[in-house]
Amino acid sequence: MKLLKLVPADTNIKFLRLRVPFFVVSMLLIIASWALVLTQGLNYGVDFAGGQEVQLTFEELEEAPIGDLRDKVAALGYGSPVVQEFGAPNAVSIRVSLPEEAEGQPGAAAEIGSEVIETISSEFPNVRTDGNNTVGGKVAEEFQTSAILALGLAMLGVALYIWIRFEWQFGVGALFALFHDVSLTLGMFSLFRLEFSLQIIAAILALIGYSLNDTIVVYDRIRENLKKYRKMQLPELLDLSVNETLARTVMTSLTLLVAMLPLLFFGPASLFGLVAAITAGLFFGTYSSVYLASPILIWLGVTSDSFVPQETEADRQEKKAREAARGTP
Amino acid sequence: MLEVPLWKRLMLWGITIAAFAAAIPSLLSTAGVEIPDDIAAPSVNLGLDLAGGSHLLLEAKEEDIAAQKLQNIEENARQAMRNAEPRIRIGDVSTANDQLSFMLDNVADIDRARGELEPLMQGPNLTREWDLSFVDTQRIVLSPTSGSVSQSVDDAMEAAVKVIRDRIDALGTREPTIIRQGDTRIVVQVPGIEDPQALKDLVGKTAKLEFKLVDDSALPTQVQAGIAPPGSQIYPFAEGTDQAGTFIAVERLGGIRGDSLTTARAGVDSRNNEDIVSITFDSQGGQKFAKLSTENVGKNFAIILDDKVISAPVFNEPILGGSAQISGSFDADSANELAIQLTSGALPVDLTVVEERSVSAELGEESIRSGMLAMLIGSLAVITLMIATYGRFGIYATIALIFNVGGLLGLMAIGNFTLTLPGIAGFVLTVGAAVDANVLIYERIREERKRGRKVIAAVENGYKEAARAIYDANITNLIAGALLFAFGSGPVKGFAVVLVIGLVTSVFTALWLTSMWVADYIRKSRPTDLTI
Repeated sequence: MKLLKLVPADTNIKFLRLRVPFFVVSMLLIIASWALVLTQGLNYGVDFAGGQEVQLTFEELEEAPIGDLRDKVAALGYGSPVVQEFGAPNAVSIRVSLPEEAEGQPGAAAEIGSEVIETISSEFPNVRTDGNNTVGGKVAEEFQTSAILALGLAMLGVALYIWIRFEWQFGVGALFALFHDVSLTLGMFSLFRLEFSLQIIAAILALIGYSLNDTIVVYDRIRENLKKYRKMQLPELLDLSVNETLARTVMTSLTLLVAMLPLLFFGPASLFGLVAAITAGLFFGTYSSVYLASPILIWLGVTSDSFVPQETEADRQEKKAREAARGTP
Repeated sequence: MLEVPLWKRLMLWGITIAAFAAAIPSLLSTAGVEIPDDIAAPSVNLGLDLAGGSHLLLEAKEEDIAAQKLQNIEENARQAMRNAEPRIRIGDVSTANDQLSFMLDNVADIDRARGELEPLMQGPNLTREWDLSFVDTQRIVLSPTSGSVSQSVDDAMEAAVKVIRDRIDALGTREPTIIRQGDTRIVVQVPGIEDPQALKDLVGKTAKLEFKLVDDSALPTQVQAGIAPPGSQIYPFAEGTDQAGTFIAVERLGGIRGDSLTTARAGVDSRNNEDIVSITFDSQGGQKFAKLSTENVGKNFAIILDDKVISAPVFNEPILGGSAQISGSFDADSANELAIQLTSGALPVDLTVVEERSVSAELGEESIRSGMLAMLIGSLAVITLMIATYGRFGIYATIALIFNVGGLLGLMAIGNFTLTLPGIAGFVLTVGAAVDANVLIYERIREERKRGRKVIAAVENGYKEAARAIYDANITNLIAGALLFAFGSGPVKGFAVVLVIGLVTSVFTALWLTSMWVADYIRKSRPTDLTI
């Protein structure tokens, strides 16, 4: 049986020749992302911002048409609603997020609730309204601080480990690549006004993990080659390392991509943001380990000496003594 | 590497089968098979987003918060008057009409009284909470400023949400939904609670703990008739205590509240095997408790929980260590429940359950079904790609992947963790890491073969060289996962749990299990060339 070979053996692509233009573009994209996030903000979903909750009972039905309701309410344009069966099979609770101008305005919020009720009762006339209330966000105020603290400590731990196993430059490179990936993902969410929910936090954590994994695989090969080819120029050595791991990079990215694409195209609408973030992160992460994490090592001055035990004064004395002993028969 | 010793073989298979077996109840229940209750096999808890759960609506009364506010200002005002130098004597204290009013015994004290009271008028948010006025020269009236009551309600509800979250978090990673509804209501949803009454008891009880001196001067007949001597209050004994159904009189003022605790733990008294809760005060509370016990050696004091007396022991000696034990009417469950409630603090206001329902999954059945289908298609695509690329080795990787997913579910079930959507994101990441580990190994074997190494050397080198990157990548993520678990909350924690367990199972299956299988294949078939 002939097996599939996605990447021909012995590629020799000069990836790093374009490191400066790519780096400049990446920096611009990071800046643009943060500019978007800071000026336009993120489109926070009902998890974060709270919203309006409507409770309905479908008196003539055995079971509430939950999927149908989700689509209808989503079409009103208040983000993706949370629709739950509520106590009985024919009773539902619907939570929608409020547009910014309606927040803190009880009248406007109740009106949006009424709009939801009217939309539904135009199709199901025998629907009974059990409640129309403003609800707070699901996320406690201290969630944000605890999430940032946890993430900060996690990054510190990661950098420390990479420093111990590699060199400090590698730790800086890995963190910078992560920063790039997270920034661009946030920028993408802000640009396309995708709803930022609790799921997206999970997606960002997953893409951080993927990006780290990818960066360390490339770094591992760089470390190996630094020990092997003492005299090679660094840019050349980085190109060699990236080329040697290229087959793996392509294969791993492809397997994750084929796992994500069905979810992206055929998965439920409520998972779209999560899957989109992970898929985008896949591209950002692969790109950043080649074009950001690697060239940074050149600029931070990694040399092949980093991984070779330094000759100490004691070693030199010993060597001298040995040579002297050999000299006298 | 080719010789796998028997002990290692047994260990690898033993752990694999044990972890996989632990997943079977979860897999069966997902497939819709009912598991009889007498087989007490744990299965993975699914979060609210995936499976729904219990819904409670709790409501506070605005009057309660206003009354609490009034009681606080009364205590503070009395204390301020008592502590003034010289003491300012007051009388005819009334808390009618939502305001505090009292008479000064000596009209000359009026300016000093104003000076003492003024600092109490500010609330914690630096807004003025009370208006101070004088009536008939000698009467001082404190009334809440407009808006200060609704501010207090808001503060109390925010604090209540936090207390409830702490209480539920003490049960493990359940990832509840806790949201405020309107001004005075809180919605609590907890995934798959089998016993809604336990949830109601846990979140609905105020857990206001007080220590007050027993009024010895009260006549027992009057106390049982509900008549309190001046300056005292009548409390009933709690149900389950020996004195249940009777009453006791305690001094209204001068007690200690249990909100200054640092820890509360359930335990068993070794002397009489009674269930107890041991508590430790913070330094301020400890000092107060030491003072109270020193000044009242030989006297009885009442331990009061939510306005019911649990016990009324004697101060045998001054209690200076800042810790105490509560006993009286507990079994192991209720002691544990009280310990959780005391640790998370008392609810700032009484809450009553006004609605109790079951709710379906937040994501919706149809979303979960189409999500599962898409994941199945994705998994088949990954397996096809792996086998098409690596042949026999791709099959090893696939089998390892199945054991990986099973083992991860099994360990989640054993650890009683809750799987939520963020957890599934962690799942995807660790499965990705497992596939990547196999890709790394196999690509390395290809590389070693290309460099002209013999089959055995290529395989051995492939595993050895790839393992370094695999360990480094997985340990890095493990460090991140462990820190996220320790310091994160909610979805961050839900993600981290799966990540930490999944990285361990990934290395175990993708590296160790496949290396055993590959070694067996090479040793038995002795291939001269590898199709990889």
